[in-house]
Amino acid sequence: MQVFFYIFALLSIVSAAGVLFLRNPIHSALSLVGTFFCLGAIYVMLNAEFVAVIQVLVYAGAIMVLFLFVLMLLSNEEGMQQHAIRWTPAKGVAAVATLVVFLQIVSSFLSPAMRLGEPGTYDAATVAETGSIAVIGRLLFTEYLLPFEVISILLLVAVIGAVVIAKRRFN
Amino acid sequence: MIPTTHVLILSAALFSIGVLGVMLRRNVIVIFMSIELMLNAVNLSFVAFARTLDSMNGVMFIFFIIVVAAAEAVVGLSIILSLYRSRKTLNIDEFNLLKG
Repeated sequence: MQVFFYIFALLSIVSAAGVLFLRNPIHSALSLVGTFFCLGAIYVMLNAEFVAVIQVLVYAGAIMVLFLFVLMLLSNEEGMQQHAIRWTPAKGVAAVATLVVFLQIVSSFLSPAMRLGEPGTYDAATVAETGSIAVIGRLLFTEYLLPFEVISILLLVAVIGAVVIAKRRFN
Repeated sequence: MIPTTHVLILSAALFSIGVLGVMLRRNVIVIFMSIELMLNAVNLSFVAFARTLDSMNGVMFIFFIIVVAAAEAVVGLSIILSLYRSRKTLNIDEFNLLKG
């Protein structure tokens, strides 16, 4: 089981690096879909089946299709094809700074000073008994009712905003 | 049992690749995809902590993060389409509308 985690972790990092280094944006987008699938597989191994399902359905299915749709809408126009990363001194500094921050985060994860909080009540056995989707549904309509309502308004605003912005031509 | 630290390191690595994408690439859509990658890295650390701490809060947060990411993608892509119409390019260095 653990071997599969490392395989998928490696695959997800390789395809994430593909997003960074591939020249054609469409190849980058397809590489990102690969990352999302690998992450979905990792979520299953971490007892988060519901998250894995919405990861594949919403991220790989809906959001990335939207990205590809926009990319292909613009792809035969001039100025779409991009070159590889053009290195300038400023970008080199940015890359080194990012690497330093990454090493700092990793060392803080590995340091003995990192402590976790009190464990909650939803351990794997309890969740498996009720079913994870039943637990999530109950929480969504009790404890998280207000965020749930607010997020529906956010979606409505996003839909209307997208239509308004994409329709208008500003000069 | 997968060690939580390894999942967190994977999450940090994916997040750093996303940051590098934002810093190094000049195509707006690729930068936008890097932002999605960073959101996913955060989701991964939420799942890791939710499993370790026997909590459901992390999963609920992911639910909301994914909705916000979808809304963000829709609005962001429509802004990109609109910018492309006025500038005829996707290079972020050409977008200096706010510079005055």
